[in-house]
This record gives sequence, C-alpha cells and structure tokens, in this order.
Amino acid sequence: MPNTTYVGIKTLLRKEINRILRIWTQTLLPPAITMTLYFIIFGNLIGSRIGNMDGFDYMSFIVPGLVMMAVITSSYGNMVSSFFGAKFAKHVEELLISPMPNWAILTGYVGGCLFRGLAVGIIVTGVSLFFTDIQVHNIWIVISTVVLTSVVFSLGGFINAAFAKKFDDIAIIPTFILTPLTYLGGVFYSISLLPEFWQGVSKINPVLYMVNTFRYGFLGVSDINVYVAYALILTFVFILGFFSWLILHKGWGLRS
Amino acid sequence: MTHAIEISNLVKTYKDGTRALKGVNLNVEAGQIFALLGPNGAGKSTLIGIVSSLVNKTSGTVKVFGKDLDSDRQAVKSMIGLVPQEFNFNTFETPYDIVRNQAGYYGIPSKEANQRTEKYLKQLQLWHKRDAVSRGLSGGMKRRLMIARAMVNEPKLLILDEPTAGVDIEIRRSMWAFLEDIATTGTTIILTTHYLEEAEQLCKNIAIIDHGEIVRNTTIKELIKTLDIETFIFDLDKDPDTGILDQLGAAAKDDASIELSIGKSDSLNTVIKQLDQAGYRVISMRNKANRLEELFVAMTGAKGD
Repeated sequence: MPNTTYVGIKTLLRKEINRILRIWTQTLLPPAITMTLYFIIFGNLIGSRIGNMDGFDYMSFIVPGLVMMAVITSSYGNMVSSFFGAKFAKHVEELLISPMPNWAILTGYVGGCLFRGLAVGIIVTGVSLFFTDIQVHNIWIVISTVVLTSVVFSLGGFINAAFAKKFDDIAIIPTFILTPLTYLGGVFYSISLLPEFWQGVSKINPVLYMVNTFRYGFLGVSDINVYVAYALILTFVFILGFFSWLILHKGWGLRS
Repeated sequence: MTHAIEISNLVKTYKDGTRALKGVNLNVEAGQIFALLGPNGAGKSTLIGIVSSLVNKTSGTVKVFGKDLDSDRQAVKSMIGLVPQEFNFNTFETPYDIVRNQAGYYGIPSKEANQRTEKYLKQLQLWHKRDAVSRGLSGGMKRRLMIARAMVNEPKLLILDEPTAGVDIEIRRSMWAFLEDIATTGTTIILTTHYLEEAEQLCKNIAIIDHGEIVRNTTIKELIKTLDIETFIFDLDKDPDTGILDQLGAAAKDDASIELSIGKSDSLNTVIKQLDQAGYRVISMRNKANRLEELFVAMTGAKGD
C-alpha cells in the first residue's frame, strides 16, 4: 500500500473516531443504558423465572446476544449517520475529489464503524459484569465474530446511506429489517425451543449465525454449525464489500 | 505548448434527459488564470464537476496536464484543487481540522500537513479562527476556508466556481490579490464568475459557455475589441431636459448625469459640442465599467430568450 493511501485512511479513521468521541452521548452512552435495562428486565426480573437455556442460566445466555445486538445496531447506525450526513451536507466531496482509492475510503469509514461497534461491545460487556459472571470458551472466536459482524453491518449501512435520498431512507431499513432480524436472531432464545418449521425459517436469518457463533465463543454452545456461520459471514463481507466498492467506483447515489 | 486542460467532445446528459454539455472542446494553457463565463444553467458547474470527478461524463475525453481522466484518474485528482460554489465542508468541524484532514486525504504526511494548514489559514486570514466551529464563520470566511482547503495539496490546477460570490468588495480584492500571487508560482487557475470585472481584472483568456456549448474562446482583449459601441457617462452642471436627451439618444441618470452609447467610429467631440450648444457644461466623463457585461449579454442573451 502506498504511503499516501495509508495517510488517507489514517486521516479518515481519526476523523471518524474524533466524531464518535465528540458526540459520545449519542454514540456510546445510549447502548449502555438500553442494554442495562435489558439486563435488569429480561435477565434479572424475568430471567430468574425462565430458568436455564441450553444448560446456562438465562442471564448468561442472553449476554452474548445482547452484546452482539448492540454491536450490530451501533455499526450500522454509525455508517448511515456518518456517511449519509457527509453526503447530505456535501462534504463527502472532500473525499470524492481526493486521490484516495475507493477501497481506502471504504476502509476508513468501516474502520470508524468497527471502532464504535467494538467500543459499544466492550461497554455493554462491562455493564453485564454487574449482573453475571462471564466465561469465555474461545476468545479468538469471540473477537473474530464481533469484528466480522461489525464489518458486515457497516457495509450494509454504507449501501443504505449511498442510495438514501432523505433521512427517512436511513431509518426504514433499521426499523423494518434490522430490528426484526436481530430480535428473531436468537438473542433471547435458543431456536431449539421453536417447532421444526420455524427453526428452518430462523435459519434463513443471517443474524442467527452471527449471534450463535459469538455465543459459542463465550459459552461453547450453538444452535448452528460454527464453520457454516463463518463461511456465511465471510461471504457477506465479500459480497457487500464488493458492492460498496462498486458504488464508489461508479458513483451510484454519489455522483450525478 | 503545455495544456493544463484538454477537453474533447465532452458530452453530459443527465438522467432526466437534460443535455448539460453538447460536445465541448476546450484547451486551457498552463500557468494562466482562465475565466469560464456563462449564464446560470449554461453548463459551467457540470464542466467543472466532470474535471474534478464529482460528475460522471457521458462521453468525450478530459486530460489534465496530459493525464487522461479515464485511465489515470488518481493522478488527475492529485493535481487539482477545487473550490465549489456551495459550501461543502462539515460545519461542525474547525477550520484547522477541515484543512488538515483534506491534506491527509491527499496523502500529505502529518508534519507537513500541519505546516501547510497553518500556512494557508494564515494566508487566507483565518488563523485566528482556526479552532472556531466553522458553522459560525461569516460567508466570506467560509469561502476563504474553502480556498485554503483547496490549496493545501498545492495543486497544479486550481478550479474556483464563483469564488467571490457574496463577499464584500474588500475581501474580494484581497482574494484577487491572493489568486494573482498563486498564479505567479505557476499554478493554473480556472474560475467561473458572474463578476465580469473579476474576469477582466484577473484573466488573460476567457471562454463563454452557453446552453452546453462554448460560444467564444479568446483573449479578453480580443473580446473587448469586438465591441462596436462603448457606453459613457457624462456628469453635467444641471439636470438635462428631454430635448437634449432626445437629441443625443441618451438616458438620464441620477444627479445631473446622462448615459450615452457611442459607436466606435463616432467622435466624442460631437457630443460635447451638442451639449455645449444646448447650454450644458460637462463636469466629468467616464467609461462605463461593464463593457464585458454588455458583450456577454449580447452573446448569450439572444439564445437565452
């Protein structure tokens, strides 16, 4: 990689991180509060009556799912707000006229989302320690899954932001697609509780694979095959990554 | 002769079918300040957008200092600095961060980026505002900030789209001086402007674009030579009556002044003599400044109607 490209990525990444830290009450604090409420209500109050799930107490079971849910929504939300904001206010032109390669622009933005996703993940994990002890079955699976998932949803957010024409357009997908997929992605339950038909339907949901692989990293249990999950997540990374690059290359939604 | 820009058969048709550029051919010599004039919607901003990679062309070729935009886009981009017509920076950031980040996007290492940021913010008289939130800057300051940002990669080609729109006369003149200084370092400058005085003051060569076509590409001197008439304003010792106005074909202005267009072959002596005979004394006389404006309206007005 030429040094000039490295400098460009570093600059964009630093700008994004500064933005996230500058508005930390909008970027880092809300997931901590929301997840704390989840831990109190679902984990402590209701969870104590639910009993064990896949051999673990309910609180321990939902912690990985809630962390992943926070990472997904933060990564996606960061990209749509930052990139669409830049597009809307036209300062994305600063990048489009620069000699930074398209993949480098994408890397800078995804890097910013990764920072926010991981920061939120760490905060939520920290909050969960007030409610339960956390065991780690395989730290490398935990790290690789959270990083890859954050990348997938950052890229998804990028595509959404590139084609969005107004602020409503960046709210529709999180509300009507992302939230249902996340809630039905095995965050709060094991799909083994569902009838066979609905287990099959659940397996169409990509979030299920991410949540379960992440949970496997903590607890060593999963509803799905972890290797299949990795293959799926990596496929999403490559397809969405290529499509995002194509958007920048062709200028779809960015250049008239 | 080195060309900063070579444009051949450039066509742009937007999705709605609007043909913004209809086969533009334009060469701009390196090292000069070049003006691109045209009425609103003529295609100036589209042309600039294509050269600076903000607009996709439909067909044609664009070369910047011999590098083809299609095959060597990154090299072309690295040679250009752009000051767009609309403010396009993050208004929540400080001028220092805006200029400094742009240096980074061009791959300028940190230490040098800091030095250049300081240099151009100082040159554009924005150093004292370096840590202010840019949303709070005045219109003139925002425009100067965009010039500082465009200069930070020290481009070989600086493109300015209406650079002095909405700034007061004092700042406009200081910006002209700044641009003239930059031009002396060998930077080629292309500017679009509505202030024809600006083009006349700064530029040697000029192209007029109208309805997506270059209707004239020449030197300012040549262009002005083509004027058949000149307009003068005579300040008299008293208000003129309609008789003398009709006799001269003149229009009354404020404060005992008349405005009169005279053919190049006609003599001013005749006019002064007629005024004298009618009992008017000419206190002073001046050439109306907007010669170029008249020509511009003549060239584009007929088509626009």
